[in-house]
Amino acid sequence: MTHKLSADNLTLIRGERCLFQGLSFALESGGLLVLEGRNGSGKTSLIRAIAGMLSLEEGTVFWDDVPVEKQRQAFHGNLVWLAHRTGLKGDLTLVENLGFERALRAHASDDPEEVYERLGISRLKKLVLRSLSAGQQRRVALARMLLTDVPLWFMDEPFTNLDREGRALVLELVEEHLATGGMCVMAAHQDVEINAPTTRVKIQ
Amino acid sequence: MTESNREIPGIFEGLLATARRDLLLAWKRPGDVLNPLFFFAMVCTLFPLAVGPSQEQLEFSGPGVLWVAALLATLLSLNALFLSDFEDGSLDQLLVSPQPLPVLVLGKVLAHWLTAGLPLVFVSPILALTYNMPVTVMGVMMLTLTLGTISLSLLGSIGAALTVGLHRGTALLSLLILPLAMPIMILGANAVSLAAHNDVYTTGIWALGAYAIASVSVAPYATAAALRISNE
Repeated sequence: MTHKLSADNLTLIRGERCLFQGLSFALESGGLLVLEGRNGSGKTSLIRAIAGMLSLEEGTVFWDDVPVEKQRQAFHGNLVWLAHRTGLKGDLTLVENLGFERALRAHASDDPEEVYERLGISRLKKLVLRSLSAGQQRRVALARMLLTDVPLWFMDEPFTNLDREGRALVLELVEEHLATGGMCVMAAHQDVEINAPTTRVKIQ
Repeated sequence: MTESNREIPGIFEGLLATARRDLLLAWKRPGDVLNPLFFFAMVCTLFPLAVGPSQEQLEFSGPGVLWVAALLATLLSLNALFLSDFEDGSLDQLLVSPQPLPVLVLGKVLAHWLTAGLPLVFVSPILALTYNMPVTVMGVMMLTLTLGTISLSLLGSIGAALTVGLHRGTALLSLLILPLAMPIMILGANAVSLAAHNDVYTTGIWALGAYAIASVSVAPYATAAALRISNE
């Protein structure tokens, strides 16, 4: 089944400042949307607005041509979210953290062990998240994406804290996800080159 | 990507998972749970030392002191309800989850009541001994505290959600919640006093029950809406 995420004439004002105005895009299954801009340009605000966490001044985001605000729950059933703050509990172990996620979203039938192995976190399973490095915590957050079965990935600066292999792995995972008909919205301040139809949105 | 296995877990599973996670977190950091409990115990034991050992006076003021201390102890614990979720990004994950937010909120409030409200109920009879409270009155007090702390956890979650984005919102939280919490304290303390004087106290219990039911039906929605606003 193919999906479509589109936006029409988005405008967002935070305080006195207009972050973007008249922004439109369309993203289909298998496509990548990259939001580019300097630090503080409003990438995070834009990605949060698309995910429905920020209310826009003007404009509408559509999921399968239906406005998101009219079907928030159905829309949220199709996405998974990764941001600076990983949303993982420092006092809980990796397995406890990811176990909680399984109650929130549709989960993939993939074997968790294989996912841990691939992300290089299988020997960290019994440790509490607090004792892991920032990069390792990021890998656990990536495991959350792989263990959920949703078409739409939201990634806000997915490369933060990751080493070179980690960054290559993120690109590889996104590419695979897109190849199987998924879609990805990514906010990044570095160049993202992926072998897939890519739409770029630049924020000044 | 096959559509067949894409099933969102039921809302009951979401509620239990949220409650279970918060209980697990409380278990791993017992200090957060014990602090309000110590506060409750300290206020209730220090009061008789300050006013003196007059039995008549203690019997008279016991219900009021216990209830004031319970109210303040609950307020003390409410600030942390959504704070760590807000700081580590878990709140974002809850907000973009396909589970209805009020259900997840109810799960969190349930865990809060089990770790902050229920311990007060169980400790209160021991503290009531200092006020020379008869056993039958203790039963009434435990019942009012049970119903009252349920309402306090629920109503408090609205205030906690509204102030979560503000730094040091504790004072504001108390100001927001007190007008809603005061009737609970008055009804509760009054019912216990009436029971101590062998008077009819059931009216207060029914009113507290009604308050709790109203809170259960309204607070999760209000809290969910407040969380969406605060997290913008």
